[in-house]
Amino acid sequence: MIPMPNNILDVKNLRTTFYTHMGEVQAVRGISFEVDQGDVMGIVGESGSGKSVTAMSIMGLVDEPGRVSGGSIKFMGKELTTLTDAEMNEYRGKEISMIFQDPMTSLNPVFSIGNQLVEVIRRHTDLDKEQAHARAIELLRMVGIPEPEIRIKNYPHQFSGGMRQRAMIAMAISCNPKILIADEPTTALDVTIQAQILDLMVRLKKELNSSIILITHDLGVVSEVCNKVNVMYGGMLMEKASVEELFDTPQHPYTLGLLKSIPRDVTGERKRLVPIEGTPPDLLKPPSGCPFSPRCPYAMGICIREAAPLYKLSATHHASCWLHHKGAPAVEGFVQVEEESDHE
Amino acid sequence: MGTEKTRETVLTSLKALKAFFHNYYVRRVLGALLTIFLIATVTFFMMHAIPGGPFSRERALPDEIIAALNAKYHLDDPLWKQYVDYMVGLVTFDLGPSFKRTGFMVEELIATGFPISAKIGLMAIILIIVIGIPVGIVSALRQNKPADYLVMFIATLGVTIPSFVVAAVYIYLFAGVLNWVDAFGLNQPSSYIGPVLALVGYSLAFVSRLTRSSMLEVMRQDYIRTARANGLSRFKVIYKHALKNALIPVVTYIGPMIAAILTGSFVIEKVFTIPGIGKYFVQSVSDRDYTMIIGTTVFYAVLYVVMVLLVDVAYSLIDPRIRLGKKSE
Repeated sequence: MIPMPNNILDVKNLRTTFYTHMGEVQAVRGISFEVDQGDVMGIVGESGSGKSVTAMSIMGLVDEPGRVSGGSIKFMGKELTTLTDAEMNEYRGKEISMIFQDPMTSLNPVFSIGNQLVEVIRRHTDLDKEQAHARAIELLRMVGIPEPEIRIKNYPHQFSGGMRQRAMIAMAISCNPKILIADEPTTALDVTIQAQILDLMVRLKKELNSSIILITHDLGVVSEVCNKVNVMYGGMLMEKASVEELFDTPQHPYTLGLLKSIPRDVTGERKRLVPIEGTPPDLLKPPSGCPFSPRCPYAMGICIREAAPLYKLSATHHASCWLHHKGAPAVEGFVQVEEESDHE
Repeated sequence: MGTEKTRETVLTSLKALKAFFHNYYVRRVLGALLTIFLIATVTFFMMHAIPGGPFSRERALPDEIIAALNAKYHLDDPLWKQYVDYMVGLVTFDLGPSFKRTGFMVEELIATGFPISAKIGLMAIILIIVIGIPVGIVSALRQNKPADYLVMFIATLGVTIPSFVVAAVYIYLFAGVLNWVDAFGLNQPSSYIGPVLALVGYSLAFVSRLTRSSMLEVMRQDYIRTARANGLSRFKVIYKHALKNALIPVVTYIGPMIAAILTGSFVIEKVFTIPGIGKYFVQSVSDRDYTMIIGTTVFYAVLYVVMVLLVDVAYSLIDPRIRLGKKSE
């Protein structure tokens, strides 16, 4: 019944586990989300919440001793988790590409920008050397590098941080990917450059008709560029919603805590920031219940024993919290529903 | 008018001179010459500071004979005069007569012995590079797997077992028990196997270990993750993106190593009875063969300095961040 014509990426019940000497580290514990055509989907969470591991799982780049241990990742209907590394290489950089946090170290220092760009273009297209070179210059121009004909010969150390991230973006969009995964793309950059890079990504997304998965710990960035948000904690999905729903009516105590802990000085009034007490869970021996329960001000007996299902609060709004159960004590601002989510 | 023209000519030539001395290679070569001069000087005075001399024997020679010998070799001149004479000789490639091997000039002895040592050394160097680097790469890619453990075990043996043990065992087995090769000399092509193997041991093991650890370090870098995220093949990721970066420390080691291996090994030349120059480095000291000591030291210093210069050139070819003679931007 539910129309899903634009579904590009469908992640269901994804689990990624690292099998270390100390035991199994369950970095991602059964998360589900969809990316539709044109989406800018944010994945928010603090360090160690499983955001980056989720991204690396989609890319098929989880290294030993870790691996995707359950669930499915479907790209335009095609299951990715069962592909070999060589088969995955046909998707990486072509259909799904990725840019990383630190542009200073993400480009190879001993090859020129042009060399690295042309290499990716020629890997995924039939262009010959000159055509690929011309395309590389065009890409550098698209991402706003001045004098690309000259700059293409430069090495990464001759670029500034912002320019390197632009070059990374040029590389990532070189083969018109359907999805661009950006893992904290602006965290390592100067504040003044951050907005430019985000604007560039959103503009290129529109031009290329693709989608973006933006991994960040910065809710401010999310509110500016995303239309959908997933909030992760302890390897699990706490809440997923449209950006309006998440900021106007957050339905998970963790999201609420996050929103209270960021400065939102729109009215000019002075408000004290509220930190979330406690520390994130140890994923080596994750608690059996809701991962946030030890820090949750509303925690009940059941929260410690059992993780809540994902409650469907609207077509686009889901939250994993027992407070939404119709038998739970009423808390101001939290709605109670009958229905659990259709997946999970 | 004439003076004005002269002034101009002087100024232009001064400018050219300045540019000449600012040239990176010119400065490096001048620096190298200075290094060699200092090494020769220090060696000269250290050598003479030690009591005794070339003609000291357990049973003392008669005073008249020593005086006559000293006079013949100008050892009775004041030290500064000996020094000046020696340095003048050095510039004209006259390293003086050997005290021990009478009738031979030091430069002659080096010129005869070096090609023999260098021939064995060159084979060893090729083996070290051709085997050591690939073994290190493979070992890094199979980190903590049986192949890696085996290779690193052998490499540890290679580093710790002294070359004379390898040489002695080799001769005992292949020349003695099996009688496949000659026990000494270089009369057959197969005679080279033993000396080359013994010479290779330590450096081969070291280069493979160094390549392995350098590869492991590089494979963890962000740009390797980028290359993989771009869908590049495993081969491209390893042999293009990782290897070029991983070679930088290896090149640093190989440069000076080449100088050391080309000049032969005292132990190996002794065990295999090879007439190279390796033995001169050790014997000349115990013989107090003054001219030979400085001769071999300066010869080695020249080779070493040249290799270090070549390493720097190699750096600039590998890593664009290193541009010779220019301040980084």
